[in-house]
Parts: sequence; C-alpha cells; structure tokens
Amino acid sequence: MVVFEKPNALTENTLHYCPGCTHGIIHRLVAEALDELGVTGRTIGVASVGCSVFTYNYFNCDMVQAAHGRAPAVATGVKRSDANNIVFTYQGDGDLAAIGTAETVHSAARGENITVIFVNNAIYGMTGGQMAPTTLPGQKTQTSPYGRDVQTVGYPVKVCEMLSQVDGATYLERVAVNNVANVKKAKAAIKKAFQNQIEGKGFSLVEVLSTCPTNWGLAPEKALEWLEENMLPYYPLGVYKDKYAEEK
Amino acid sequence: MAKVTFDKDLCKGCGLCVKACPKKIVKLSDELNKRGYHPAQVTEQDKCIGCAFCATMCPDCVITVEK
Repeated sequence: MVVFEKPNALTENTLHYCPGCTHGIIHRLVAEALDELGVTGRTIGVASVGCSVFTYNYFNCDMVQAAHGRAPAVATGVKRSDANNIVFTYQGDGDLAAIGTAETVHSAARGENITVIFVNNAIYGMTGGQMAPTTLPGQKTQTSPYGRDVQTVGYPVKVCEMLSQVDGATYLERVAVNNVANVKKAKAAIKKAFQNQIEGKGFSLVEVLSTCPTNWGLAPEKALEWLEENMLPYYPLGVYKDKYAEEK
Repeated sequence: MAKVTFDKDLCKGCGLCVKACPKKIVKLSDELNKRGYHPAQVTEQDKCIGCAFCATMCPDCVITVEK
C-alpha cells in the first residue's frame, strides 16, 4: 500500500526552486489539500510575482499570472465571475506584504470568498536577497548589510496580526514548515482554508514561514534551524482569527 | 514491510530527508545524478519503518513510501 506519493494536483514538471527551498513542500501541501477535497478540476490559482511566479507550471489546475501584488484583486474577479470556482492565490512576502498590501487588506475587508497562501521567508528571493517588509530586525540582506536598522527602515509587517483586526477576514493562521510536525499542522491549516471557501465562509489566509537557503547564505538544514531560532520568536505560530470557531 | 523509493534524477541533494529520518538510514550518494547533484538514497531498506518523514520534508516529491 502506498502511504506517500506525489499528489495528482501537481504536474510532472520539475520545480525550478533552489535545493532545499521549502516552496516545494508548500506546493505539495496545497496540491494534497485540493486532491483530498476533490476540487482540483474546478480550481483556479493565481500566481504572484517573485520566485513563485512559475507556480502556473506546477499545478494541474487552471492558473492566472497576476501583476506584482495584485493576485487577491485578480482572484476577486475570477471568484465573482463564477462563484463555483475554487480560487486561491499563492504569494510571497515581497508580493503580498509590500506592493500588494492594499489588495491584501481590501480583499480581506471585503470578505472575498478566496484562499490566500502567503509564503513568508523574510527576504526577496528571486531578485537576489534584498530586504523585505518581513525581514527581521538586525537581519543581514543585500540591502541591509549591517542588519535591518529599525530606526531608519522601520519594523517588519506582521500580516496575520494586522489582518486579525479586519472585520471581513474569516480565518487567519500562521504555520511553519521547519519540521515534520509543523508540516502536518501546515497541511491541516491549508486544507481548512480551502474548506472554508467551499462552505462559502469568506476570506482565509494561511501564512507559511518558509526558508530561503540561497539568500540567507545557509545550507538547507541550517536554514530550517535559523527559521526555528529567529523567525518563530518574532512570528508566533497559531490561529489569529477564526470567525466560525465558536460554532463547533 | 516498508519500502521507500527515490526518483534519483528529481533529487537536488538538499539533505532535508537525511535530517528528518528517525532511523538515520537516508544518506546522500557519492555518485551524481543527471542534474549534477548527489541524490539521496536508502542503503539499509530493511530498517525502514515507513514513517514517510523523509517524504514529508522533501521539497521535490522525490520519494514514494509503501508499507
């Protein structure tokens, strides 16, 4: 009996991501959720700009490529044109929390019935490791070689905490993929975010803390340790909002 | 009996499966695959317990686990 294999919702294309990049794990979790919920055939994904720009090559569902940061706006149109579609966006922190902040906040405020997968690795990956809105205080990047100085460039944006104050948001959870236990929790959160959409409950966002071994300058297994030691204290895991939690 | 299979030419040799294996039987090969990476492999198949921890941490869907 097969206990683990590649999900059907992923194509046969080889991922272009660097060795050890956890984007691949998150792609697989999204694909597993789509397969298990039986909605792959009526799902439309919206790819962002950044490393995840090629997401449309990897999912066995229809995909749209949105302009930088505009994925939730495009997803709004796709969902409203046919509410039977299951619509998700797959965005990095440089996309969702920087140029796309307005689209993110307002799609949440409107309570759009979409699912947002937000991959936070605290750096701009594709463009070569510049400081992102989510870069940690003191973290060294190409554009903060002495570490992020909060006196001059301000503090990181905590997306789940911020959106938890928006009345229109339904479900917000922050997870990580740094070990097997957390990957399983991340899977449950992503599946719930899609389940919410199927049930018409509204805007669901799952923030996944991810690694960028190449731009962090670390070996893949060291990057997982760096995530655990540095990102988890600043970005605590957990459910930040669940509008329907009391009903259970 | 548990069986774990690696699609070696998909592997990028990142080693996340090596770190995840509770039995410490996943190792990187000395040989290169067609993409130029040292692919992960299991040499002591009989010690595998089929937990799929390696496959859970694999970013590239290299691993299939049977039990």
